[in-house]
Amino acid sequence: MEILIAIGVLGGLGALFGLILTLADRVFHVETDPRLDALIQCLPGANCGGCGFSGCAAYAQAVLDGKVPVGLCIAGGDECAQGMANIMGVRAQKVARQVAFVRCAGTTARNKGEYEGIADCVAATKVAGRGPLICKFGCLGFGNCTKACKFDAIHLENGVAKVDADKCTGCMSCAAACPRGLIVPVHFGKNITVACASNARGSVTLRGCDIGCIGCFKCEKICPKGAIQVKQNLARINYDLCDDCGLCVQACPRGLISDSHLTKADDGPALKPEKRPVS
Amino acid sequence: MSVTSILAIALGAILTNNFILVKFMGICPFMGVSKKTDTAIGMGIAVTFVMTVASLATWAVDHWILTPLDLAYMQTAAFILIIAAIVQVVEMFLKKSVPALYQALGIYLPLITTNCAVLGVALLNIQEGYNLLESLVYGFTGGLGFTLAIVLFSSVRQRVEEAECPECFKGFPIALISAGLLALAFMGFNGLNVF
Repeated sequence: MEILIAIGVLGGLGALFGLILTLADRVFHVETDPRLDALIQCLPGANCGGCGFSGCAAYAQAVLDGKVPVGLCIAGGDECAQGMANIMGVRAQKVARQVAFVRCAGTTARNKGEYEGIADCVAATKVAGRGPLICKFGCLGFGNCTKACKFDAIHLENGVAKVDADKCTGCMSCAAACPRGLIVPVHFGKNITVACASNARGSVTLRGCDIGCIGCFKCEKICPKGAIQVKQNLARINYDLCDDCGLCVQACPRGLISDSHLTKADDGPALKPEKRPVS
Repeated sequence: MSVTSILAIALGAILTNNFILVKFMGICPFMGVSKKTDTAIGMGIAVTFVMTVASLATWAVDHWILTPLDLAYMQTAAFILIIAAIVQVVEMFLKKSVPALYQALGIYLPLITTNCAVLGVALLNIQEGYNLLESLVYGFTGGLGFTLAIVLFSSVRQRVEEAECPECFKGFPIALISAGLLALAFMGFNGLNVF
């Protein structure tokens, strides 16, 4: 008998709360566009901010309101743009996959002295005349980019940030976190990259680093397509002309130009890697 | 029931018998949502709110349904049911009437369902034999104590994040140690048991 009372009371309580919840759902029902949930489902949900909105939900809302087009989500890529386009009933344009690239290979960069301050890139640039490195353009290696990355795609290797191109979604959160503006978007399909950002004269660059670009013009001279130009003591690649022939890779006396920073992938319009991001 | 006993309950719940740092309840949100101060404040407010409402409802159910029917042994099951239902209703209510607050609390509300501090306050109310008003005060101030602890801890954690610490302590271990030190500090409030 006692057990029946227990079952009855608890069951009754459960039923009562169920009823209350059902009523509450009726009373407090909020009309939401079903397309909003569907749009949010399409997006990666990492809230990286690469689209310019505070998060995936905010972007989905803006798309729903017709304020912005689909396909702004670089992290989601083509699949995401196509899915959103289907929901909204519009045509999606192909999203060119881009990845972040760190323009520093300075594992041999020399320090002015021992830095023992806060382990943070921005903090480090505030002391000793723009940071502990002699090179004013080099990666400081405190990993602000690693902390900013929502996809676990950028890590420190031998004190220099390196992007894992397979994981990178091109949201460029890391670029905004880098006080040196070292990280730039490059197109995933284009393999030739210059891993240096030093605009200083060759002799100045040499003082701080064994492998920095000294602007020797060897790559510019050897390039059959005229795709490389040395401007402000730094080799810059025009990806509209570059065809990945790899002659510059062999020509570079510093071993700076490499085709192994990024892996091969699809085609599409190239992004200018020398443009410094607004941080 | 006097003003003094109410004061004693409040002081106990906030400082001397703080739910997190002395009773070690609700550690999950305490560690999980304390990386930033603003989210910690959001979680604190949400927990305070739910704890207050839950103390009222569980006291009522226990006093008028479970005790008369001699079903005190069903307290835990019944209270979990009540808390889950309350959180759901509160969520719906906020979504409809205070969308801004709903956005701010967002994911924290459903998380509170499994916060053992909420169940703890409900069970302790009965154990201590509090009346309705005392339960209400205990629930509310317990929530305040939770907020105090989590906000303090999040500020500590933000500083620890910037500091250099040995590789093996990075991340969670150093956070646990900081929490332990904070709990030690709160033991100092034991001297406040004057009522």
